[in-house]
Amino acid sequence: MSPSSSSNALPQSVYNPRRHVGIHAERISDVSSTEYPGHYPNEDHSWNLDVFKQNLQVKVQRLSQRSIEFDLVGVDASIANAFRRILIAEVPTLAIEHVYVWNNTSVIHDEILAHRLGLVPLNADPALMEYRTPTGINAQPNDRNTLVFQLKVECSRAPRGSGKEYINDEVKSGDLVWVPQGEQGSVFADKPPAPTNKNIVLAKLRPGQEIDMELHATKNVGKEHAKWSPVATASYRLHPLIVLNPEKPIPPHLAQKFASCFSPGVVKIGDHGEVRVLIDERGMRNDSVSREVLRHEEFAGCVELKRIRDWFIFSVESEGPYEPERMLPEAIKIMREKLSSIRTAAEALLSGGNEGGDIPPSRTEGADVEMADS
Amino acid sequence: MDDQEEGWNSSVPVWRGLSLTDPVKAVEDKWLLLPAFLKVKGLVKQHIDSFNYFVDVDIKNIVKANSKVTSDVDPRFWLKYTDVHVSFPDRTDPDAIDKSITPHECRLRDTTYAGQIIVTIQYTRGKQLVRRPGVNIGRLPIMLRSNKCVLSGQSEASLARMNECPLDPGGYFIVKGTEKVILVQEQLSKNRIIVEVDPVKGIVQASCTSSTHGGLKSKTYVATKKSKIYLRHNSLHEDIPIVIALKALGVQSDKEILLLTAGNHDAYKSTFSPNLEEAAKLGVFTRHQALEYIGSKVKVNRKVIGPRRPVWEEALEALATIVLAHVPVVNLDFRGKAIFVATMTRRVLMAMDDEKMVDDRDYVGNKRLELAGQLLALLFEDLFKTFNTNLKSAIDKNLSKTSRTSEFDAFNTMKFQGDHITAGFIRAISTGNWSLKRFKMERAGVTHVLSRLSYISALGMMTRISSQFEKTRKVSGPRALQPSQWGMLCPSDTPEGEACGLVKNLALMTHITTDVEEGPIVKLAFMLGVEDIALSTGAEIYGPHTYVVNVNGSIIGLTRYPSRFVSNFRKLRRAGRVSEFVSVYINNHHRTVLIASDGGRICRPMIIVERGRPRVTPGHVAELKAGNLTFDDFLRKGLVEYLDVNEENDSYIALYEADIVPTTTHLEIEPFTLLGAVAGLIPYPHHNQSPRNTYQCAMGKQAIGAIGYNQLNRIDTLLYLSVYPQQPMVKTKTIELIGYDRLPAGQNATVAVMSYSGYDIEDALIQNKASLDRGYGRCQVLRKNATLIRKYPNGTFDRLADAPVDENGQVQKKYDIIQADGLAGVGERVDPGDVYINKQTPTNANANANDTSFTGQAATVPYKNTPMTYKSPVAGHIDKVMITDTENDHTLIKVLIRQTRRPELGDKFSSRHGQKGVCGLIVNQEDMPFNDQGIVPDTIMNPHGFPSRMTVGKMIELLAGKAGVLAGKLQYGTAFGGSKVEDMSRILIDNGFSYAGKDMLTSGITGEPLEAYVYFGPIYYQKLKHMVMDKMHARARGPRATLTRQPTEGRSREGGLRLGEMERDCLIGYGATQLLLERLMISSDKFEVNACEECGLMGYNGWCTYCKSSKKMAQLTIPYAAKLLFQELMAMNIVPRLVLDDA
Repeated sequence: MSPSSSSNALPQSVYNPRRHVGIHAERISDVSSTEYPGHYPNEDHSWNLDVFKQNLQVKVQRLSQRSIEFDLVGVDASIANAFRRILIAEVPTLAIEHVYVWNNTSVIHDEILAHRLGLVPLNADPALMEYRTPTGINAQPNDRNTLVFQLKVECSRAPRGSGKEYINDEVKSGDLVWVPQGEQGSVFADKPPAPTNKNIVLAKLRPGQEIDMELHATKNVGKEHAKWSPVATASYRLHPLIVLNPEKPIPPHLAQKFASCFSPGVVKIGDHGEVRVLIDERGMRNDSVSREVLRHEEFAGCVELKRIRDWFIFSVESEGPYEPERMLPEAIKIMREKLSSIRTAAEALLSGGNEGGDIPPSRTEGADVEMADS
Repeated sequence: MDDQEEGWNSSVPVWRGLSLTDPVKAVEDKWLLLPAFLKVKGLVKQHIDSFNYFVDVDIKNIVKANSKVTSDVDPRFWLKYTDVHVSFPDRTDPDAIDKSITPHECRLRDTTYAGQIIVTIQYTRGKQLVRRPGVNIGRLPIMLRSNKCVLSGQSEASLARMNECPLDPGGYFIVKGTEKVILVQEQLSKNRIIVEVDPVKGIVQASCTSSTHGGLKSKTYVATKKSKIYLRHNSLHEDIPIVIALKALGVQSDKEILLLTAGNHDAYKSTFSPNLEEAAKLGVFTRHQALEYIGSKVKVNRKVIGPRRPVWEEALEALATIVLAHVPVVNLDFRGKAIFVATMTRRVLMAMDDEKMVDDRDYVGNKRLELAGQLLALLFEDLFKTFNTNLKSAIDKNLSKTSRTSEFDAFNTMKFQGDHITAGFIRAISTGNWSLKRFKMERAGVTHVLSRLSYISALGMMTRISSQFEKTRKVSGPRALQPSQWGMLCPSDTPEGEACGLVKNLALMTHITTDVEEGPIVKLAFMLGVEDIALSTGAEIYGPHTYVVNVNGSIIGLTRYPSRFVSNFRKLRRAGRVSEFVSVYINNHHRTVLIASDGGRICRPMIIVERGRPRVTPGHVAELKAGNLTFDDFLRKGLVEYLDVNEENDSYIALYEADIVPTTTHLEIEPFTLLGAVAGLIPYPHHNQSPRNTYQCAMGKQAIGAIGYNQLNRIDTLLYLSVYPQQPMVKTKTIELIGYDRLPAGQNATVAVMSYSGYDIEDALIQNKASLDRGYGRCQVLRKNATLIRKYPNGTFDRLADAPVDENGQVQKKYDIIQADGLAGVGERVDPGDVYINKQTPTNANANANDTSFTGQAATVPYKNTPMTYKSPVAGHIDKVMITDTENDHTLIKVLIRQTRRPELGDKFSSRHGQKGVCGLIVNQEDMPFNDQGIVPDTIMNPHGFPSRMTVGKMIELLAGKAGVLAGKLQYGTAFGGSKVEDMSRILIDNGFSYAGKDMLTSGITGEPLEAYVYFGPIYYQKLKHMVMDKMHARARGPRATLTRQPTEGRSREGGLRLGEMERDCLIGYGATQLLLERLMISSDKFEVNACEECGLMGYNGWCTYCKSSKKMAQLTIPYAAKLLFQELMAMNIVPRLVLDDA
């Protein structure tokens, strides 16, 4: 199992079999890390910040307006998964929760329109808002916990020659009008709350029909309802690793076929006088691990497919108020809050206090909300 | 004829230059004939055709047959119907200006969609002859989309204006606001000989049910008894020896009898000879003797008093008119009937000789389907006859009055006849009871309410065929799949359980014939060289090369060149000289040529193959595609023709072009048409175990989806709608043809086939909470609540009142949605217990009309509250409030209440492969497994559902669906075709997925990869109407029945859960006596009684009324039901005495 010497794009350590998850035709091997990740019998792997720092790598690979792809290397799956879970379910956002219907003469029913409105991602910084609570000052809507939007659309026939048949025949998310309440006008002055996407069709109207609603957006987390999830999706995959067997090279006449078993750009066919199959170490990360190569008998034993257990290629599509690059720090912040609340609880338990069972609120603002299931 | 010949020969030159051995090129896209067929025929054309035939043709015949009304009083009086027609539906409201009415208005207003039956009458008024056109004699409910319906031939836009869905098939009636379907009834064919053998009793019998247009039905048997043959009929006391019967029918010589029955066949001759002996023994030699013999056995039921007729005359009449009534006897020429009886006898002889020569009752060719038109025709004939009888007696009554101010006008009498015909139609259709004494018909359950659960259920109902067989009989024959059902009846779509195999469904490309006039066909047969049967003798009939020609069961003649005759006949049919629905075929066993033109035969179109080449060429299909040809053009050009089951049996049909051999006569249009509309939804059904397809056919009808484009304008008793229905990723051609892609019932769920958490055992499904949050499986339930604002005979009437206020001026919570008009506002939320119609009823509503307490002032009448309250445990919203008038001038209020439901634990889901399951667990998105793309499944299905069910079609659906998603287009899973697995795998590979459709998933809980690859992709899932919310029920304490004081039964009455006999047995077996006592008495109907130890009778308050003492009274606890039993026994003069003892 010697690495290909021609390219050194990947660190040598990726070829350490301890970091490998085996991809076979009908099963996946070595899925789990040990019970103590990174520890092995008769070896010293005591936790060391410097070593951890050295191994830990976070590198942004691709960044666009709404999505980010970054590598997280050197942590256990549980940590990476915790970030993924927090991104989906625990990073707060604002979403429309209460809809007051003054008039709705469209064909779409009130509840369904309200449901659709709730799913519209809003671009309003949740950090500036507080959670609604069942009791206390935030039990009632106020300018600290509720954003108010207005949806007032009336459809009519377009004048002749305007090229359109109707005016306002499609109600879109862009028709939501933010109505600042109290201090909100100044708080949100630099970035007034609005839907992130103005082209979501909410309802269709015909002349004479109108919709007049008041919408109250509140802050909450994706665990409560998917509409508060800040991401379209947040997930990761393990870095693929393709290892050629030097003992059994790919026959040159099968090189093209071999290349077609992988995603484009993974296999390079070198042509130094003779056809030689090489794996592009940079391109490897783009392989879709379709296992196509394992299906062909002629390649049996030529290649081993693996994935690197602690190399997580994260892909996060942000749909809410956060810029994609802000997503991970936000998740880390929430994780730290959770950790600190566990720490305080554990310390309270250790100190043997008779109030040891009392776990302090998980969020430092003291605005811990667990709303009743809706 | 010449240019017609040109027409259908002109396409032949296409074949020139090709030899027979050239490979047959497949006609690409010949399936396009199917949409062309459906465009002409529609899915429910059989109903509509049948109804059209009734209103256009049959009703005229019926009126003509009963056209004259005379009077017994005045012999000069007569009234005659000269013409009849049915008008388009109209409004009954007398002061309406616009008389037109739409079906939707009838649905909403609970009225009947009916048109007038208008006749033209001629009658005598004194010495005058009066002709009066446009007389309305009653109203006939009109079938939707028939040619008397306002919807026929309308564009989509004008249908929309009438609030009608363009995809709605029609074919049903609207009676009193409910949509009623007259199901197709399956029967044994009439006027045909059926030979059966009873191997146990050793009986061979030929039977024939005669049915004539007069409506008389009787069954005649020719059966063996102790190896002799007899004629049996209901109107004869005794069985008549066959020779005597034949002699009575005018065949006097034994030689002729032998020739007509046994022919020259020695075995038949020897079997038949004892019958000749028997007749001789009975001393019957001449026709007169035979008639005398039969005459003494005829049941005479004659009411008319007259001179007694001689016995032989009775026999003559019975033979002429009652026995085998369908064979005409003109001028007492019995020759035809004699030959018919002789044929029956010969068939019996054949079956006696060879047991295989019997007929199969279950053979589809021996069945006829009775449709709405025929049933309505019978009903109309009955009603019309009664109408005429009533009219006649009314006229008689009038005419018998001698003094009259003006000349008697029959029209006035007619006007006051009442709505007997209208009421009769409405009663029959709305109850489904067809009890026509006149025709000895007593049928219940003929009509059904059209199921509007989903589009498919409505469509499935229109193609349903119900059998006349008893459901309880445990016979397998009629229930079994018959090979002759191929292409005619769907092999998958039948219910499970008691009606299994008795209720069937039509296949996609079938047509049910209506009657075609017989006369011209007979004439044509004679022109083609058939020799008249009346001129032939037995020797000729059973000659070595002669074939008997039958038209609709009656023997008309002989031919010596049967195949030439049949092919000539077919040529004429293909040229359009005979109706395309007339079938002609040779039965070589019976040496007969049979021509059938009667109604109710199932037939289907097929491509004609001549000289080894299909007549439909790619050129024709291209023309069809371009819209230059229609299906009827194909028929007219003789490229395709209809075959009924019998003719199908006489043809050699190739399934595919490649199967064509020189003897092939026809080519199937498309093999998938052998399935019906409902089974056609299943993708890859040919890969499934067959019962799974049957299960899906039952379940597809329960799926919640879109009902019709007008679904939000309808006010149905119960309406289930899907919020976000999707068309399936994997379609079938049938789906496109029936419009399921436009009115779907389901959603494409991303499914991971894996085990998860253990909450997925026994077919339970795991659902993704985020998917549910985003609207997956969300549905709406709309329920109608209607009330009438009545006017009572005493002048009082119901009223609506605004919300009452209490002493503080506050409106009670339960009235808070009531507006000033006494009705809840549209859009308001209705909480349990809320009032949505605040109706009040006068307390003296039922008081006598002469009661003077009512002064005409509404305020003076005392009212009591009779509000409508919302009872469901979950809040709903007012969707619609409708106020209208019914036909009898009551105000009708309908309130539609809507609930929107998201899936919850226990709701039922199903894929399209008979794989149902309930939601077992709802999991947060972050806990769900995800693949490399970050895709999280909507549903997780346990793989244990596959091995025993063998629904390979579902797996292929997933694969094709996944490939479709990746390629960005819909895939096809059409039966016996569809997208190939190989192609699907190729798409997956090209998109970087595993060819097998299995993905590598990561656990959402641990974050580590799962050790197995998981089959992962979209499958179309249906949400079924069974939802936990409608079923959930528990009770700690609650109402009790008044009589027994035991807890009530059933969820609707908040009833208890019964500890039944079997549970009781368990407790007894276990010895848990105290638990038994608690469950059966203490928690149910315990009752303290006082009983007297002396007399053993029950007393009260420690006093025994029998002993007049309180000395020996004991108190004990017994079930109230026991106490009730004792008292009831006492009422029956039985004294139950309690013997008390200390335990």
